[in-house]
Amino acid sequence: MKPFTTLKGIAVPLDRQNVDTDQIIPKQFLKRIERTGYEDALFFDWRFKQDGKTVDETFEFNAPRYRGAKILLARDNFGCGSSREHAPWALDNYGIRCIIAPSYADIFHNNCFNNGMLPVRLEAGAVDRLFVELRATEGYALEIDLPSQTVRTPSGEAIHFEIDPFLKERLLNGWDQIGLTLRHADKIAAYEAAHAG
Amino acid sequence: MPMNIYEKIWEAHRVHEEPGQDTVLYIDRHLVHEVTSPQAFEGLRLAGRKARRPELTFATMDHNIPTTGRDQPIRDPLSRQQVEVLKTNCAEFGIVCFDMHDRRNGIVHVIGPELGLTLPGFTIVCGDSHTSTHGAFGALAFGIGTSEVEHVLATQTLLQRKAKTMEVRVNGTLPVGITAKDIILAIIGKIGTAGGTGYVMEYTGEAIRSLSMEGRMTVCNMSIEAGARAGLISPDATTVAYLKDRPYLPKDTPREELERRWLGWASDAGCTYDATVVLDAGAVEPQVTWGTSPGMVTGITSSTPVLSAIADPNERHEAEKALEYMGLCEGVPMQEVTINKMFLGSCTNSRIEDLRAASRLVKGHKVHPSIALAIVVPGSHQVKEQAEAEGLDRIFKEAGFEWRDAGCSMCLAMNDDRLDPGDRCASTSNRNFEGRQGKGGRTHLVSPAMAVAAAITGRFTDIRNWQFN
Repeated sequence: MKPFTTLKGIAVPLDRQNVDTDQIIPKQFLKRIERTGYEDALFFDWRFKQDGKTVDETFEFNAPRYRGAKILLARDNFGCGSSREHAPWALDNYGIRCIIAPSYADIFHNNCFNNGMLPVRLEAGAVDRLFVELRATEGYALEIDLPSQTVRTPSGEAIHFEIDPFLKERLLNGWDQIGLTLRHADKIAAYEAAHAG
Repeated sequence: MPMNIYEKIWEAHRVHEEPGQDTVLYIDRHLVHEVTSPQAFEGLRLAGRKARRPELTFATMDHNIPTTGRDQPIRDPLSRQQVEVLKTNCAEFGIVCFDMHDRRNGIVHVIGPELGLTLPGFTIVCGDSHTSTHGAFGALAFGIGTSEVEHVLATQTLLQRKAKTMEVRVNGTLPVGITAKDIILAIIGKIGTAGGTGYVMEYTGEAIRSLSMEGRMTVCNMSIEAGARAGLISPDATTVAYLKDRPYLPKDTPREELERRWLGWASDAGCTYDATVVLDAGAVEPQVTWGTSPGMVTGITSSTPVLSAIADPNERHEAEKALEYMGLCEGVPMQEVTINKMFLGSCTNSRIEDLRAASRLVKGHKVHPSIALAIVVPGSHQVKEQAEAEGLDRIFKEAGFEWRDAGCSMCLAMNDDRLDPGDRCASTSNRNFEGRQGKGGRTHLVSPAMAVAAAITGRFTDIRNWQFN
């Protein structure tokens, strides 16, 4: 798995609460059997008009100033609904490796960590402020520093965020879960022996 | 110390723990379907890994499969490929797979219980958020991502952090016309779609106890729509009675011993929870969603919201967006909302009891002329066979409903069953998200009885006043 340490990049706003994984990537893109190539499917029904081709200019995410964004600024309960891991894959394939929101749905939150992506939790007030600054300043880039657990704004303000120490270590080292668990293969075998029959 | 059911199952499945790290939790049952598994099998192949306990894993195809013309190959080449890939992956890794034509095939959360693969005290996972359904049996069951599917295949465990517990107590007796679907929609309306985030829920109280296993599955199914990964109901005599003569029940343990073990998982008297929510079943009306999130729900005698009455600005903004998408004005009585399509099916409401309840309303009525499509999709081959043996298919067909083959169908519209832009559908499924049933489609979540009543009258109707024939 790709490690995550620091990230500097343009942030793009998505000003909706309860964004579900059906919006992050609609069902018609779940028929593929690969893990990559989902960048054009990201927010498909919002980015494109009914014909599926014409870019919807009224969708804020599409504004040219946010092109090449690496960080998504979002609202409460981001990633709710379906467990589809295609949602973090689509964000990652598009180039977004970090999300900032006040809260996340559980399964999506887990799926991010399993793909070396960082979902940052900031309190709603701080997120509100970032939305205002971001819209006011073209080229607004944030610096995410996982070792020091800070989000640094262009003005130099450093906002601290909390993260589970184990999840932080996994991201910093790019540890893959299966590898971690297989260190305890003897314990799994012992459990199975004790519960046989 | 008295323990609740989640604590008991958690304790019994801990394989390894280190301070500050996630617990290695043993998984008793792994269910697999075609959409969220191909990349997991590919991951195993790339790493040269095998499935550790293939006999604990069962696969079915449900999301992509057509509900008509099953004697023909699947027309969509991508859907066909995904179904074929599941078959070859299962063959390669030694996993039993219920092919589209197998009598045991159906929606993964319908066949697990039906075949006796779902048992009290089990840990059950599947790459599907509605795995919470199996909690109705007192199993700890939750949805996982594809990386975790691969992890379970490789290790038969998951790395987990212990959740908080929430008791959702539903007191009182269900009034006539009120179903399990109305209860869970009312709960989601009360606590919100993130109200259960970080929690495992246990549903308790006499209204829950009075539910059949089918009803309990409907309630647990939509726990994820309240943000909870899992929802459980302690096993009791109803659970034990359902688990009679199921084909995959353990064979080498005497029945009495099995029953004793199953009932032993129930929460102890005097156990505690991190949070409690209480609902009075007697006060619940038939529910209808008006917006684009399951929490945007109201009683059939109520109306769409008035935006100026919503205090929270974010919530008001969401309601405004939702009404716009749904093509509804503020303050419109739900009984004035007309529909043009109806879907009866999904892992929430496609079991035999759902079809029986709906058929009782349908008998002697006709689908309204304004309805362009009204489909009934049983949850499994066996549900379909049972319904046909009882003559339910004839009741639906005579009334003008289409009687289809089993599958996920228009719940998520991965096959050809989908809404067109602007369609308005009464649906017994679980998600009314934008575009869920087809881009531009508008979904209203309701119980099976409410769905068929809407198809017959052309608009949402209070089934408490229904004219039964």
